[in-house]
Amino acid sequence: MKKKLTFAAALLAASVLGGMANAKQLVYCSEASPAGFDPSPWSGGNDFDASSRTIYSRLVEFEHGKTTITPGLAESWTVSDDGLEYTFKLRPGVKFQTTDYFTPTRDLNADDVIFSFERQWKKENPWFDYLAGTGWEYFAGMGFPDLLKEIVKVDDLTVKFVLNKPEVAFLPDLGMDFASIVSKEYADQLDKAGTRQQFTQKPIGTGPFQFVDYQVDAVIRYAAWDGYYGGRQKIDDLIFAITTDPAVRAQKLKAGECDIMSYPAPADIAGLKADPNLKVDEQEGLNIGYMAYNTTQAPFDKVEVRKALNMAVNKQAILDAVYQGAGQAAINPIPPTMWSYNKEVKDDPYDPDAAKKMLTDAGVTDLSMKIWAMPVSRPYNPNAQRVAELIQADYAKIGVKAEIVSYEWTEYRERGKQKDRDGAFQLGWTGDNGDPDNFLFLLGCDAIGQSNYAIWCDQEFEALLQKGKATTDVAERTKIYEEAQVVFKREAPWLTIAHSKVFMPMNKKVTGFVMDPLGIHRFDGVDVAE
Amino acid sequence: MLRYLLHKLALIIPTVFGISLAAFAFVRLLPGDPITALAGERGVSPERYAELVERFGYNRPYVVQYLEYIGRVLTGDFGISLATKRPVLGEFQALFPATLELATIALIIAVLIGIPAGIFAAVKRGSWFDQATMGVALTGYSMPIFWWGLLLIIFFSGYLGWTPVSGRIGLQYFFKPTTGFMLIDSLISGKSGAFRSAASHLVLPAIVLATIPLAVIARQTRSAMLEVLGEDYVRTARAKGLAPRRVIGLHAFRNALIPVVTTIGLQVGTLMAGAILTETIFSWPGIGKWMIDAIAKRDYVVVQSGLLIIALIVMAVNLIVDVLYAVINPRIRVQ
Repeated sequence: MKKKLTFAAALLAASVLGGMANAKQLVYCSEASPAGFDPSPWSGGNDFDASSRTIYSRLVEFEHGKTTITPGLAESWTVSDDGLEYTFKLRPGVKFQTTDYFTPTRDLNADDVIFSFERQWKKENPWFDYLAGTGWEYFAGMGFPDLLKEIVKVDDLTVKFVLNKPEVAFLPDLGMDFASIVSKEYADQLDKAGTRQQFTQKPIGTGPFQFVDYQVDAVIRYAAWDGYYGGRQKIDDLIFAITTDPAVRAQKLKAGECDIMSYPAPADIAGLKADPNLKVDEQEGLNIGYMAYNTTQAPFDKVEVRKALNMAVNKQAILDAVYQGAGQAAINPIPPTMWSYNKEVKDDPYDPDAAKKMLTDAGVTDLSMKIWAMPVSRPYNPNAQRVAELIQADYAKIGVKAEIVSYEWTEYRERGKQKDRDGAFQLGWTGDNGDPDNFLFLLGCDAIGQSNYAIWCDQEFEALLQKGKATTDVAERTKIYEEAQVVFKREAPWLTIAHSKVFMPMNKKVTGFVMDPLGIHRFDGVDVAE
Repeated sequence: MLRYLLHKLALIIPTVFGISLAAFAFVRLLPGDPITALAGERGVSPERYAELVERFGYNRPYVVQYLEYIGRVLTGDFGISLATKRPVLGEFQALFPATLELATIALIIAVLIGIPAGIFAAVKRGSWFDQATMGVALTGYSMPIFWWGLLLIIFFSGYLGWTPVSGRIGLQYFFKPTTGFMLIDSLISGKSGAFRSAASHLVLPAIVLATIPLAVIARQTRSAMLEVLGEDYVRTARAKGLAPRRVIGLHAFRNALIPVVTTIGLQVGTLMAGAILTETIFSWPGIGKWMIDAIAKRDYVVVQSGLLIIALIVMAVNLIVDVLYAVINPRIRVQ
């Protein structure tokens, strides 16, 4: 208590002396340094937290704490009957941030929208290569280069996106970070000055906070943007204190050096909950941890073998030992919080005796296989090595000998993609736009060699996947995806392990923070009690 | 003296090339590659992968890549980071003062405590002080830095609340860096309490980083002193009736200094290695943390150029140490 008082007194004294009296600040202990402040070239969650969600806005936004789409910079939109044309009416009077390095002379208009996408799309655009070796991975990864036909300026405040094929997830895609809208006027100014690099170092957007300063690997400072179209924020200063180690972040939160922190270590959660000054919000994560069989290699090419192996695993033991209660058994490849989740699908029951019999009936005896364990902790699987050990013990009970293998993280994923990979491969996924397709695409035929580690190309599933992408009616899509989940469970290309919970510890004086199912850390609407 | 210096400089050139080659090879020998690392769980299609490999030039023969790299380095161009797209040298210059400040304070702590502790342990050989000092030194040397750092944070910052948990200065102090050295910048800033805040943030990381060098210096000083204390000239000095303090300070210590200075010089490398973990624990924005991040991201350019720059600095320090020998012991110059 004494320590807290001392710190508070020091802070108060410093604020007064530093001329910052009455400035309300929120300190967020973030987990990593952003690569830059341009929201589009990078794909890390920490990059997005520091750029797109603080400084920028998008045509459409995810409703705070949900995955439903709400108007953003576009106040309304229409979709043509064939699903190929999306016309957006821009919100008038949206101001780009005014800073000591840029003063806008005009409000947001269609040119900014077109520039924001074309710089990622068209190689002839002078900004395509403004950062050496930028691949615009997210834009490409979401299939935008093939999807977009043209973007047309109808008038200053109307933009039309013309697609090559219908894409039902197009609106959620536009709510994603890479689709943030940047200022063309600012880009033109930097072009003239020959200082393009500044675009990512000194960002300008239309979001709730404006950039103030970045001390590399240490501190990012933002100030509330007075002209934000959504209204000025209650906090004046937002500070990211970059702290890579989760145990140190927890200590900083306890010591009052930050008000809120990301990604606590599972082991620290109980201690944080016990602290009288802190509260720990929690939410079901929009994620899945799974283990993919190589469905092209014998004996895993047989459904009965995959089913038998699934039935041999005691998921509850994994949830208790590894997720420490902060997770639930996964049945489908999409989490239960997502629309179109099929509640009728039943999990393969834990039944070692039946599993053993199924294996024998399938003609498989003396099976030796590999279980792949990721070398890193992820929100969807905090300890893959431990999961592998538990599965190994379960397999031993049905006479299957399993060897656990692990490689360095990038090497692990590379080896996992190999067509002749032996055994079952642990990985997972965290959704990034709240659409079921954003999970199910992992099992698509096109994703083989990329994110389909089961190397599974099932024609029935693929047809449903494609049908779902081309259908706009949500009720109809729900039916399609429910059916796809039935096919998935019947064919069992994965052992679905768990959906984990995500925790957000913060000081009790922090109000208005809403946990986001997409794993985004948003600070608009947050307040700090005096 | 000049010939001696030139001789030392001539030895550095092949070493630099050797290190540049080792750094270039090391990062490529690591499993994984920057393109897969940047793509994350989403993965990257084989076509896209091939396109990016082509764009980065990683499909060319290693010899070509190396020669191009070394050619650029010779003109002072250390390349652009694959992850952040910023010039490597610029990033290094921004971060190095933090490491240098931390390492300097750590070295000062190590020398100021290590040398007197070693001398006393040698003079009082076999005493409880000697045994306790050497026991502590051995413990310090064997301590895993990560565990040690976290332990200090939990005790001094968490439990006692005496020191800040991490960072370089309290977040309430915001000023543009002038020198990059927070102790100096905080003084220049004129903000009340800033220097104190910067100093308090340095305490724990400096202690953690100083632990291993301190242990090594104390042990080296002790053994060098023991060797010298048994020499005839020390016995003669004592026989002449010189005060024990004079015998130890002037005759013994001066002669024991050469291996100690060598050890201190070598500790610069240890400090750089230790900085990697120390900076990671204390969120200290220096080159150690920078290198760790770069290795995790397989940022070839940062790893190979960063290693080279660090090696150049370590070699420069060792050169200075060599020159110092020559100053301490004229016989070395002649040899």
